[in-house]
Amino acid sequence: MDGLLLTPGQYASLWIGVQITVQLLLWSFALGVVLSLVFGLMRLSENRFARGFALCYVELFRGISSIVLLFWFAFALPILLDIGQPSRVVMAVLALGANMGGYGAEIVRGAILSVPKGQHEATTALNLSGFHRVRHVILPQALPVILPPFGNLTIEILKGTALVSLVGLRDLAFSAEILRTARTQMEVPIGVPELFINVLVIYFVLAQIISFTFRLFERLVNARYRQRTGRRAVDVSGGAAAPATAPGDATGGT
Amino acid sequence: MAVDTGSPGSAPPTPPPDQPGGLRLGGVRVTWRSALGVVAALAALAVVVRFGGGSQRFETRVFRDPDVRFDFEFMFAYVPDFLRALWVTFQATIGGFALAVVIGLVLALLRRSRLRVLRWPTAFFIEFVRSTPLLVQLFFLFYGLPRITAIPEPLRVWSSLATLIIALGVHYGCYCSEAYRAGIGSVPKGQWEAATAMNLGPVATWSQVVLPQAIPNVLPALGNFLIAAYKDAPLGFAINVTGVMFFASTTASRTFAPLELFTLIGLGFLAVSLPSAFLLRRLERRIGYERT
Repeated sequence: MDGLLLTPGQYASLWIGVQITVQLLLWSFALGVVLSLVFGLMRLSENRFARGFALCYVELFRGISSIVLLFWFAFALPILLDIGQPSRVVMAVLALGANMGGYGAEIVRGAILSVPKGQHEATTALNLSGFHRVRHVILPQALPVILPPFGNLTIEILKGTALVSLVGLRDLAFSAEILRTARTQMEVPIGVPELFINVLVIYFVLAQIISFTFRLFERLVNARYRQRTGRRAVDVSGGAAAPATAPGDATGGT
Repeated sequence: MAVDTGSPGSAPPTPPPDQPGGLRLGGVRVTWRSALGVVAALAALAVVVRFGGGSQRFETRVFRDPDVRFDFEFMFAYVPDFLRALWVTFQATIGGFALAVVIGLVLALLRRSRLRVLRWPTAFFIEFVRSTPLLVQLFFLFYGLPRITAIPEPLRVWSSLATLIIALGVHYGCYCSEAYRAGIGSVPKGQWEAATAMNLGPVATWSQVVLPQAIPNVLPALGNFLIAAYKDAPLGFAINVTGVMFFASTTASRTFAPLELFTLIGLGFLAVSLPSAFLLRRLERRIGYERT
């Protein structure tokens, strides 16, 4: 255990993995956000079938473990649909994004419920269309409540991307496995504990970047919110501000 | 948590008659005691798991009908094997979570320590473990740890199942510690002051005043982590724990029927996690009711 650093060549090998991990993360995050919004809104729809469908989706994708979901998407779904061998990256993104959507939909639902009822009624009184209600009235007020848990969820998805190494994608965890199995043929033999500590640190740094980005974004959103309403939406310093306390007193009826 | 809950070690509880749900005070006591019982049972199970064997053999020999798209008969033929694999996953979950409950409490107490030397590294450790993937942690424990020769061998070389249990225990222990921290923070300050006023030592303060009031608040969160640990337990596949994922993967490569087998384990997962999530929500509501 002398020296925790690896050689530049080994870092280069890990870097290839980092790029794939980040790529997967971005795509599944994008898909996850869309699915969260769609199903979160559907859970609150007036249409009974839409509500039921969204509930099934949420329970299904939260109930199954992400690794089982990933394997099902990668190996079972192509056979069921008879579509040959689709790209593993696409299937992994679908699995991770769908998984994130299941959790995200519940966050979105809770946040929308936290928007005071008067705001919903006001949109009706103003005769806004469904899209405008959500885009201009409901979401801007729900966003400060959505952001902190979404940051945590994104870190969970980052952790989830490590699973794709098990279906053969060359992400960071897979790159580490390549280095581990090839260590005897290297000029500078690599220590296994050091290798995995390095990989863990890389994941940790990635997670910190995500959490920093979200905090920055939270601050921006809250600043804008204050500017418009003269009130604080959620206490920025509190980090994961409790949605239970925020809606009633902070955003109370206008 | 109401202020008048009092310490359970004090005089026999006589619930105020005018309150709705007269069981309230008793309810908290029972919850705390049963929580202790559950923890003890889980710990005992963990010992069994540690020393009991975890390897399973999947010997069903049935092949799928190549003419149908989804062969239900084939899928049902593998249910017994699946249940055997599920048992291993259960062992890992329960053992890992029993460990997590204990590790979480230790970490939560360390995190509240007055000494910065203890507090800061603990906080960092929790943050680090929470933001790195369990899979890589498993690799570290399974491939890396046995090579650190500075640690005596019995402490660093573990079987697959034991490694999975330890990894789950540490990972979810860090999550649990945050839940405990919130639960401890929710105990009213007056309770601490009362404990000081009654000249209780630190052990009595924690074990008889603070924790009995903190734990019921924490139970729903712990339940959530138990379900989450169950969902992460199939990861043991990566280090050859013969759980559900291992079963599906090896059997699928033998019978060329990934569709049925992965669907089977997916359904099996739902069959466990949906009812437990439902029960948990009921528990949550009950505890919420007891608190108000």
